[in-house]
Amino acid sequence: MNKVYKNADEALHDITDNMTILLGGFGLCGIPENSITALVKKGVKGLTCISNNAGVDDFGIGLMLQTRQVKKMIASYVGENAEFERQLLSGELDVELIPQGTLATRCMAAGYGMPAIYTPAGVGTEVAEGKEVRRFGDKDYLLEYAFDADFAIVKAWKGDTMGNLVYRDTARNFNPLMAMAGKITIAEVEELVEPGELDANFIHTPGIYVNRIFKGANYEKRIENRTTTPRP
Amino acid sequence: MLTKNQIAQRIAAELKDGYYVNLGIGIPTLVANYIPNGINVVLQSENGILGMGPFPFEGEEDPDLINAGKQTITKLPGSVIFDSAMSFGMIRAGRVDLTVLGAMEVSETGDIANWKIPGKMVKGMGGAMDLVASAKNIIVAMQQVNKAGESKLLPKCSLPITGLNCIKKVVTELGVYDITERGFELKEVAPGVTIDLIKQSTAGRLVIEGDIPTMIV
Repeated sequence: MNKVYKNADEALHDITDNMTILLGGFGLCGIPENSITALVKKGVKGLTCISNNAGVDDFGIGLMLQTRQVKKMIASYVGENAEFERQLLSGELDVELIPQGTLATRCMAAGYGMPAIYTPAGVGTEVAEGKEVRRFGDKDYLLEYAFDADFAIVKAWKGDTMGNLVYRDTARNFNPLMAMAGKITIAEVEELVEPGELDANFIHTPGIYVNRIFKGANYEKRIENRTTTPRP
Repeated sequence: MLTKNQIAQRIAAELKDGYYVNLGIGIPTLVANYIPNGINVVLQSENGILGMGPFPFEGEEDPDLINAGKQTITKLPGSVIFDSAMSFGMIRAGRVDLTVLGAMEVSETGDIANWKIPGKMVKGMGGAMDLVASAKNIIVAMQQVNKAGESKLLPKCSLPITGLNCIKKVVTELGVYDITERGFELKEVAPGVTIDLIKQSTAGRLVIEGDIPTMIV
């Protein structure tokens, strides 16, 4: 078993045009920076990207929008990206906005081997258009399908060579869910360690879900909205 | 007429000891600054934390530790981190006691619109649709009148809906309203605001019964 790759270019070698990719992160927190850079360098086009946000103009998935590599974006909130909004309003980019909990749970369903879930989010809204509605008790729910993605690309804090992953603080967000949901899952980590170095009781993603792992380099970890309290 | 901070302060008076509370982006975030003395609440942020602490001191910001508004935050003793599915799991399961949200429009039947202006602004719903579909206790914090002077408390929402029949209470710069089957029931009026101004600023069905107390802020 060898899951360890040298870098992002090698780990992402077989991603081709028109594939569907899940990308972990919330805003710019916990995003797979090295892999996004590699996708831009590789120049693959026509991608369907599933991620909670679309980055900002010059960082995160925003970089792939600048290069017009994204055909369709599935996300819950895209308010921080002017180029995204421009491509959406001009019709250049196909966008499906879905509730954040629905996005998370559709990933979870894929990782748990369930074809679909029922959720009340979006009932009575345009999100419900064309979807099956079913009543349980006195409340309506929408049928939402598990994602079917070619690749999942996630960012973890630490990982071992068997693919076991640990995330740090709220950089966890969608990463463990997407890690479970890809046909092939690629994890980039800040620290790559040997088996046994991570405490088995505190591993968030079991390595069975992770096909490839590499140690990322030069993390920028940009802060989107720096808020502070004045010192007393 | 209330400032944004005073709207937040009035909503904070609704907090009860032991509440788990989700605060949305904008005015709702300010509620955290006015938690009454002697009341302990646990703040949930839907990107995956319970026990959200105050903003960090300058120089101590951590890019791995943010809230759902992407602001840098801190942890507190007893804080816990989880993934996004569990975060919305606890919301869907009704474990969060109070949700405070902003809105562009609210209808007299408790519908809310806050995620899209067709052809103009498309930011997305984020977690708002999940929250309004499941939370038992939602308070909307909003400006009652837009920049053009038009009421945002309407008979029916004109913008795309976020959720139906889900809002029970609205706090604005002018007053506090309960939404019942009769419409917007005025419960409190802001200091210095006349009933005439309330009437002019409410396009939906308005119910005013008896003496309306002045809000304490």
